[in-house]
Amino acid sequence: MAGLTVATGVVVLVLTGLSYAGQRRLLGEEAAPVTIRVIGHQWWWEVQYEDPQPSRGFTTANEIHVPVGVPVQVKLESTDVIHSFWVPSLMGKQDLIPGRPSAIRFTAERPGVYRGQCAEFCGMQHAKMGLLVIAEEQADFARWRDGQVAPRPEPASDEARAGEAAFVAAPCSMCHQVRGTAAAGRNGPELTHVGSRRTLAAGTLPTSRGNLAAWIVDPHGIKPGVNMPLVKLDSDQLNSISAYLAGLK
Amino acid sequence: MSDGASATGDLRDTSLDGPTLNVRLSRVWGTPRGLLGALTTVDHKIIGRRYIVTAFLFLFLGGITALVMRLQLAQPESGLVGPDTYNQLFTMHGSTMMFLFGVPIGEAMAVYLVPLMVGTRNIAFPRLNAFSYWVYLSGGLFLWISFLLNIGPDVGWFAYVPLSGPEYSPGKRADVWAQMITFTELSGLAVAIEIIVTVLKQRAPGMTLDRVPLFVWALFVNSFIIIFALPAVMIASTFLILDRLVGTHLFNPAEGGDALLYQHLFWFFGHPEVYIIFLPGTAFVSAIIPTFARREIFGYLALVLSLIATGFLSFGLWVHHMFVTGLPQLGAAFFTASSMLIAIPNGLQIFCWIATLWDGRPVWRTPLLFVAGFFFIFVAGGLSGIMLASVPIDTQVHDTYFVVAHFHYVLIGGNVFPLLGAIYYWFPKFTGRLLSERLGRWNFWLAFIGFNVAFFPMHISGLMGMPRRVYTYGPEMGWGDLQLLSTAGALLLFASFVLFVWNVAASLRRGDVAGPNPWNAGTLEWATASPPPPHNFNRIPLVTHREPLWAERGGLPVVTGLSVSHRELMVSSVAEAEPQLRETSPAPSIWPLVAAIAVGATFIGSIFTPYAVLWGALPVAAALTGWFWPKAMPEDEE
Ligand code: HEC
Ligand code: HEM
Ligand SMILES: [Cu+2]
Ligand SMILES: [Cu+2]
Repeated sequence: MAGLTVATGVVVLVLTGLSYAGQRRLLGEEAAPVTIRVIGHQWWWEVQYEDPQPSRGFTTANEIHVPVGVPVQVKLESTDVIHSFWVPSLMGKQDLIPGRPSAIRFTAERPGVYRGQCAEFCGMQHAKMGLLVIAEEQADFARWRDGQVAPRPEPASDEARAGEAAFVAAPCSMCHQVRGTAAAGRNGPELTHVGSRRTLAAGTLPTSRGNLAAWIVDPHGIKPGVNMPLVKLDSDQLNSISAYLAGLK
Repeated sequence: MSDGASATGDLRDTSLDGPTLNVRLSRVWGTPRGLLGALTTVDHKIIGRRYIVTAFLFLFLGGITALVMRLQLAQPESGLVGPDTYNQLFTMHGSTMMFLFGVPIGEAMAVYLVPLMVGTRNIAFPRLNAFSYWVYLSGGLFLWISFLLNIGPDVGWFAYVPLSGPEYSPGKRADVWAQMITFTELSGLAVAIEIIVTVLKQRAPGMTLDRVPLFVWALFVNSFIIIFALPAVMIASTFLILDRLVGTHLFNPAEGGDALLYQHLFWFFGHPEVYIIFLPGTAFVSAIIPTFARREIFGYLALVLSLIATGFLSFGLWVHHMFVTGLPQLGAAFFTASSMLIAIPNGLQIFCWIATLWDGRPVWRTPLLFVAGFFFIFVAGGLSGIMLASVPIDTQVHDTYFVVAHFHYVLIGGNVFPLLGAIYYWFPKFTGRLLSERLGRWNFWLAFIGFNVAFFPMHISGLMGMPRRVYTYGPEMGWGDLQLLSTAGALLLFASFVLFVWNVAASLRRGDVAGPNPWNAGTLEWATASPPPPHNFNRIPLVTHREPLWAERGGLPVVTGLSVSHRELMVSSVAEAEPQLRETSPAPSIWPLVAAIAVGATFIGSIFTPYAVLWGALPVAAALTGWFWPKAMPEDEE
């Protein structure tokens, strides 16, 4: 009996020890070369790249780029309810709890596009709160980063110019920011380079001019309950705004 | 106890015999006919039967919500229900299964069976028992009527703040959830107290602690877990209500509150909750196995000790639900160890049961088949549970379908399978007729296959990255085939329940007549008629052995001296069950129902205005005054 008790004790201790070692590696707190702040919102992800030089920091949404082979520190925060950050092929989950910042770190070993998903029920559209992590070679990452730091590209056509004007004039600009224009809202995802992102509405639709128009016309049909209202636009405005946003590479 | 008529001159069971005694006692203990009788009864068997039927009704309703969810998930981007409905469905499913089925079903079976098994005439505090049933029923109806009025809760069965708080859940939905908890809370605590007192003070003479049936032990330990666990969730739900209705900021981080506090409070209850659901399962198994193995249970003491150990350990695990909330790491490792440790008493129990079967001559009737199904499913669920206890594994599969699979293996394996076995086993006692054995076998195989087809693939869906609580998923995720398979399994499982209901309905009318002891079992409930008379036993049995009916083949010895002219039962000592007192047991009364209505109206009113608590206090006080109005009754006697 005593032998059995000791043996069980040892097995439990060894398993716990192994488990603890794994957990240290996952959640360790040393500084990492790339630091990203991810802020959860119902139902999308705000992504802020930090940089020692403040002018080199920038904000984007729902899509995270990382260089391969480099440890990445993700600081997690939430401003509304609890969400959970989870990219199954890269790391376990970590909750985003309002009032309690936390962090997780990971290293992507191979280039690729990894799908992530909110893993804590956060209300109506918890199901459609996805994100993408794109791991790329160092040079590609640096290029992408430079592109994101820059303000929005100048509209290239008359249609796009009309789109920008309409966008800034419409309620869109109260919620969305496009750096380089007067649109500076912060209630919705930053759209400065929305045309360069692969998906719209937190992984719900692939980005294309057509899908942009579909989203603007009927956000609640695509993602019922979403926090973006339907804004009345005439068809010219709709066309030009979609062309404009699609061009924000 | 003295023999012969006492000085007060009332008639004792010593001076009557046979049918006359039975008729006299039935009259004294009986419930009047008609509506008034139904509303005033305090008979633990009538209330227990209601409890069981009601809990099954909620199991069925919960099953229907599950079926709708499964149909929705059968294929990607299905439009059967939208997110709003889906979120209500899984919240209703989880809350119904955990609070309106899981906790009450164990207590329901206990209310019916424990007094019979310990050889007494009624449960302790019979009016409280009636009250607790009415409160439970109103809580359940309140939740389901709200759902039908489209104010069903939609924040998940653990209703995390801030999502369930005033800012992110305007409207009444989260209030409905929180208040439903208060109802089940109250009734659950009341029953737990009744069981504890019945077990400690009303055991038949000679039933020393080491002769108490394991069924009774399990539900006794369970009652303690209930008493210690439920207050934590009551605090959580009450604080939530206060935040929502009175404007406190207990959980609001912006005002210095703490969202994580809610999770600690909830899971301090929520993990023991799993054992509150599982221990009744072990109770059923421990009763069924000896009867069909035709041998006494192996390792009685070990089983009792592991029940108690499970009870204690169950309070040291709650943090394993919170591994991904960013807790201190060493602290989390402690909970890894304790989560692994609880596998030990559970494993020990399983070995004792298997040893009993091994060494016996098992008779494979339907109840035992369900027990075998329980072994298989529960052990599989236990294995995935040990995997979840590890923090690195858990951070991957937490909140995925892997967890959904795991907890259904534990809950359905640990509770529903033994429960179905238990109904096959005790149905003849409840009704006087046996369930059909042929349908029973179909029922078992359909349930067993359906269950595994439904839930095994969910492990894989989870490992493939499917989160729980999603109302739909894209075709590109590649989960469609497995999800379709799960739905097919759920349909089979549902069919098995329909078959079960059919079997019950048909057997009630045409089943074989059972007689007092159709299975030739050893415990006291089989010593009396099926269904038992209102007073349970003509004379209180004298217990000489752990399986009294096996030890005393020639008829049980009895003790005499209880009154037959008013409701009287015997109070005995805690450890040795020595007779101590003759005590009067309350007669039927309408006050428990009135009190339950007053309390229910107060609870429901309070989600509309806090002042309801004030106004409601008046009718509640009036009802309680009526209830406790002193009556002339004979003093308790030595
Ligand atoms: C009240 C605030 C609000 C207004 C006004 C608003 N939006 Fe949005 N918008 C949001 C929110 C919030 C989201 C994120 C939705 C989600 O994915 O859950 C969003 C998402 C989007 C997206 C997808 C962004 C991405 O990266 O996924 C586009 C494009 C967009 N909005 C365009 C517009 C346009 C064009 C207008 C004006 C016609 C507009 N929005 C008006 C709040 C708003
Ligand atoms: C009758 C067969 C059953 C089926 C087909 C079934 C199916 C499901 C499914 C598919 C989910 C996941 C919903 C989601 O995350 O989107 C779920 C959740 C759940 N089930 Fe069941 N279930 C059944 C029985 C039970 C039983 C008997 C219990 C408890 C005793 C139970 C307790 C739960 C709980 C607690 C949840 C979590 C709800 C939540 O996330 O808030 N289920 N069930
Ligand atoms: Cu979320
Ligand atoms: Cu979520």
